[in-house]
Amino acid sequence: MASPESAVNGPTMTAGAASKSLRNAFGGVIAFIILVLIGVLAFSIRLFSVIKYESVIHEFDPYFNYRVTQFLSKNGIYDFWNWFDDRTWYPLGRVIGGTVYPGLTLTAGTIWKVVNSLNIPLSVETVCVFTAPIFSAFASWAAYLLTKEVKGPGAGLTAAALLAMVPSYISRSVAGSYDNEAVAIFALVFTFYLYIKTLNTGSLFYATLNALAYFYMVCSWGGYTFIINLIPMHVLLCIVTGRYSSRLYIAYAPLVVLGTLLASLVPVVGFNAVLTSEHFASFLVFIIIHVVALAYYIKGILSPKMFKVAVTLVVSVGLAVCCAVIAILIAVVASSPTKGWSGRSLTLLDPTYASKYIPIIASVSEHQPPTWPSYFMDINVLAFLVPAGIIACFMPLTDSSSFVILYIVTSVYFSGVMVRLMLVLAPAACILSGIALSEAFNVLTRSIKFQLPGIAGNPSIAVRMWRIMSTSKENGSSTVVAPNDIPKTEEAAKEKPAKKNRKKEKENVEKKPTPSKTEKRLLVLPLEASVIAVLLLVLLGAFYVVHCVWAAAEAYSAPSIVLTSHSNDGGLHVFDDFREAYSWLSHNTDVDDKVASWWDYGYQTTAMANRTVLVDNNTWNNTHIATVGTAMSSPEKQAWEIFHSLDVKYVLVVFGGVVGYPSDDINKFLWMVRIGGGVFPHIKEPDYLRDGQYRIDAQATPTMLNCLMYKLSYFRFVETDGKGFDRVRRTEIGKKHFKLTHFEEVFTTHHWMVRIYKLKPQRNRIRGKTKKSKSSRSVSSKRDVRGKRNPWH
Amino acid sequence: MAVGIGFRRRLDFLLLVIAILSAPVLSDLILSKVERQIDLTSQIARISSTIKAENDGSSSVSEILLAIPELQAKNLAYLTARVIEGKGKARTSGLALTVEPANPKGMPPALSFYSIVLPKPLANGDSVTLDVLAAFTHSLRPFPEKITQADIHLVLFQDTGHYLSPYPVKVQSLAVKLPQARIESYTKLDNTKTLGSEIKYGPYENLPPFSYSPIAIHFEANQAFAVARELVREIEISHWGNVQVTEHYDIVHGGAMSKGEFSRLDYQSKPQIRGASAFKHLVAKLPPRAHSIYYRDAIGNISTSHVRGDSKKTEILIEPRYPLFGGWRTAFTIGYGLPLHDFVFESEGKRFLNISFGSPMHDIVTDSITLKVVLPEGSKYFSVSTPFAVQQEEEIKMSHLDIFGRPVVVLKKANVVPEHNQFFQVYYKFNALAMLMEPFMLITGIFFLFVTCIVYVHVDLSISKSSASYLAKLQWDEVRATVQQIQNIINQCLSTHEKLEASLRDLSRTGDVQACKAARKAADGLLKELSKELKPLIAFLQSTPPAAHILPKVEELVAKERELQERLMAKHSTIVDSYEKKLGGKETENRVASVQQKIVALRQDIEDLMEYIDEI
Repeated sequence: MASPESAVNGPTMTAGAASKSLRNAFGGVIAFIILVLIGVLAFSIRLFSVIKYESVIHEFDPYFNYRVTQFLSKNGIYDFWNWFDDRTWYPLGRVIGGTVYPGLTLTAGTIWKVVNSLNIPLSVETVCVFTAPIFSAFASWAAYLLTKEVKGPGAGLTAAALLAMVPSYISRSVAGSYDNEAVAIFALVFTFYLYIKTLNTGSLFYATLNALAYFYMVCSWGGYTFIINLIPMHVLLCIVTGRYSSRLYIAYAPLVVLGTLLASLVPVVGFNAVLTSEHFASFLVFIIIHVVALAYYIKGILSPKMFKVAVTLVVSVGLAVCCAVIAILIAVVASSPTKGWSGRSLTLLDPTYASKYIPIIASVSEHQPPTWPSYFMDINVLAFLVPAGIIACFMPLTDSSSFVILYIVTSVYFSGVMVRLMLVLAPAACILSGIALSEAFNVLTRSIKFQLPGIAGNPSIAVRMWRIMSTSKENGSSTVVAPNDIPKTEEAAKEKPAKKNRKKEKENVEKKPTPSKTEKRLLVLPLEASVIAVLLLVLLGAFYVVHCVWAAAEAYSAPSIVLTSHSNDGGLHVFDDFREAYSWLSHNTDVDDKVASWWDYGYQTTAMANRTVLVDNNTWNNTHIATVGTAMSSPEKQAWEIFHSLDVKYVLVVFGGVVGYPSDDINKFLWMVRIGGGVFPHIKEPDYLRDGQYRIDAQATPTMLNCLMYKLSYFRFVETDGKGFDRVRRTEIGKKHFKLTHFEEVFTTHHWMVRIYKLKPQRNRIRGKTKKSKSSRSVSSKRDVRGKRNPWH
Repeated sequence: MAVGIGFRRRLDFLLLVIAILSAPVLSDLILSKVERQIDLTSQIARISSTIKAENDGSSSVSEILLAIPELQAKNLAYLTARVIEGKGKARTSGLALTVEPANPKGMPPALSFYSIVLPKPLANGDSVTLDVLAAFTHSLRPFPEKITQADIHLVLFQDTGHYLSPYPVKVQSLAVKLPQARIESYTKLDNTKTLGSEIKYGPYENLPPFSYSPIAIHFEANQAFAVARELVREIEISHWGNVQVTEHYDIVHGGAMSKGEFSRLDYQSKPQIRGASAFKHLVAKLPPRAHSIYYRDAIGNISTSHVRGDSKKTEILIEPRYPLFGGWRTAFTIGYGLPLHDFVFESEGKRFLNISFGSPMHDIVTDSITLKVVLPEGSKYFSVSTPFAVQQEEEIKMSHLDIFGRPVVVLKKANVVPEHNQFFQVYYKFNALAMLMEPFMLITGIFFLFVTCIVYVHVDLSISKSSASYLAKLQWDEVRATVQQIQNIINQCLSTHEKLEASLRDLSRTGDVQACKAARKAADGLLKELSKELKPLIAFLQSTPPAAHILPKVEELVAKERELQERLMAKHSTIVDSYEKKLGGKETENRVASVQQKIVALRQDIEDLMEYIDEI
């Protein structure tokens, strides 16, 4: 399929051609060894968390996945599909088998089973901890394959090396970060590879594999909708730009048919694969590609004149039919309130959607739009290399390179909407930077090689040669050197190194298309400039490596359930309060006790403490979360009533005021108020704010100072230092001395980070006391008139 | 309240005493002197008695009976007796005597009996001195049963003030050692006095058999009441040099239940008062040279532990995740490796493991211990010898790369105290060659993997050898090889051209015409040879049909190359010529210019063609 035009791609000099046979002989072996090393690198750079901390599951969601995997390995696959989990969302429960993306758990469960059948006794935990690093090695190999299809093995190796250590991906796949994304990125890149491979070969074998890879992706992550929208977009682009071919048809049509059938086998997707708007684009393009295929076929069998007549006929009829179909579609879609889109997808299309309508999506920090520094943090120098890579993809524009361009453009947009989707951007950025770097090295090393024809050891000859070339240029005769190349690169040499590389890269690339076929010239840069540029590029790569290692070691390996701090004398202080609390709960409370906490800690409580929780990180039921939020923001008595009606025995709050742990419940409290207020209107956010400011000091509103969260967090806090100075908010608390009437403290961890309270049992009615309490009750009953306090009564 | 309960107990005992007193006297043995000491400083009640027995009868006596009330008997964890020889400072205790449960006839049912078998029968008038040690668990009853964080922890201990024995006792005394001087109450008999944290009863003289006077002591006890409800110790022997011990503990604070709030504030500010009943840490004494020690639980590593080691022992201080108050539980695992040569020995063709039985924790009561000794795969004929009776089972464990599994000797025992930390032996036969089985398996596995790879690469897996497509493929391979050869030759031509050019450059620099001519000659020869080589290859391509579509390109390539050759020669001769004629640089340049342009264009064409052919 290589056209003569594409031969512009890599015109090698005679010296290069001579060494080609040698390169072919050893290239495969060397590439294989490099790939193995890249795999080792990808795996080992993610082990910092195990070495610095311990082999433990991280964060929140991975604990759920770990628990599901434990269940799977213990009870088998059929019980897993039918698993109704009564430990969570009390009293509703959750059908795990039907609401979870099973790819990750099935993968780890299979690995565990295989390993154990070989009599290698690894625990489920160990397998889970190391799943992510293993799959990131796979992901970098997949990136190699994809880039190789687009721009050849050199670019592929570079891209794989870049992806092996891109911080954005590391942040989701360090050892212990047992999350869907860890395997999903591999599945994503591999699906794209198989699509490009099919597109390049037109082989049905790869098309089938592609559908299977897509199936694996659907199993693993909700982000599969990205694939099922991006590929149709690309197909449409190819059709519009007149690149339709039978290969395109083979790449697309089986994917849609097989892929959709397979996707609907996954319980969590089911009929959504044909019902929701996320998938409509693929079907629309499926129709279009058939129409186009038909048009091409008819064009082939008709004479041009007849074809014209047929076109006018078909177009007029076809337009009418299309309009009708589209009208019906729009009517159907518009009849559903969210227009057939899920909340998260809508957030992507309209970045302001979540903050307007769904506070629960907005409350998750990873759903916020990223800041500029986070781009530099997460993809580092790749951000500068990507534009060069895009330009390189235009030279020449092939089916596959246009796909890569489309991929980067869409993923940049999505990453701009949600921090979390930076993860989708990372592989694209690596692929394009790989292409850019490899093209740059190609040009530069070729220039060097051209000027040192086999006598690299003798610089004087090189200089001499350079002189000959420059003299011949002065004479105005056409030489191998493009005339205005040298002055420009020399200008560029004065600029800052990073910029310079990029600029030069751009220039190099820009140069290429200008000469027409007859006067094609080799792009040769002056020797000094090329050598310097190569050195600078290597330096740039070195900075990237340094940054990645730093990010892997320092920024992204903390498991977040264990915190450490360095004391002044250099010692390491470990804050293991979360596990202390969960361990206490697990050993010293009854198995069927219900624990109420904010939803962040739901997964950890069920996984580590094995206690029933009201809400967890799945957040599927907004009302239930709002109930807990309402309880937390209500005064003690109302909160007790809400919790009591839900059979809650213990309430767990996270409090960072003693040690200065910033992501505690007081800092999350406004979200509880917002989410609670979204469902139960008597909770009003302004009641908790003084002049629009959230504060807990003496200026705080009485509603704030009387709410349950405040009381549970600061109960007897003043006695620690006499003043009640909160180290997170950096202020003295507003209400210092108070007693709890409906709750009692049962456990507080060593650094006070987790506090567990027990609901006091209902008091016996004593005759004499009813009178006394009547007066106080009349006050509260007056308040009750205003609105229903307890949503459960 | 305390007294009330104690009183009821006392009533029970009184009934018991009445029952006892009606029993007949067993033999003519007389205990001439009994000294008892009850050590209550830990949660284990250790009663050590020094008994001097005299045979007063006519027949010789070979065993002495010990009587223990049923209530205490169920808590009895450990009982030994030793003969003491010599007197005063020169006392030495001999070997442990056999103690076994006895069931003599005619004895009251509320008593359990144990008989000490004497090393040699006691003849008339002879006397023997015995040292009997009994350890009881769970015999310190917390009272009150539920306390708050601020309360002090009080326990109640009950026993008899007079030595309970089926024999008459001449002289006896009792000393009770308490952990603290603070005593809530104690039963006063005649001759009772307290001395600091010690209570002394006696001496009492000439008491008949089965004399019983219940005493109850109610005192403060703040020592750790660590009870391992279940302990699983796994000892895995690897003949590669390691004995790996893994211990899974399920710990509970066995003292008074904690009720009401737990306030961290109170606990942190006044740990001595508001957390006196809690225990914060446990100390384990491991054998010396223990290594790779870890301490974790189901949800990960526990960072609060300290290890100190010297040549005698390795001491590890472990803090559970939270302080344990009464009734609180926790579970954890500790593990460590020990050097093989310290614990596994060889004798008479058999190997044996010699390691201590119980938990290495200091002062811990183990309700139920399961000890698993995992022998290496391929061990045979194993047997166990323990210093006390244990329940024994066998099972198989599959571990790293096992085929048959490793034999496991499972020993179970209830109610274990630190006194049980005695060495026991597991004998087994093991061939050292079996050790190499797993590495050998790995090597074979990897070897076969490579072999399969090699076979796969070299074997032709096509189904039909005569099918058209297969033949076409073979032919195509040949064509490709030929094209590759042609390309090589062209490349060689090109590099010869390079040399020619280089010689021209040398000429412009040095002006050495002769050298240039020589280079020309060499190049000419080389090129001729190459073109000769080229001919059969082209002929082959022409004769094979699959090469049809590639042939025109190849022929074009060859033609272009030839043209380039000619041009180059022309250029070369022109320049050399002009040099010989000593023409100016400018003029030479002009003469060559047109040729030069063509050369560049041709070279470019050749490049393109080569690329194109490459792609095919």
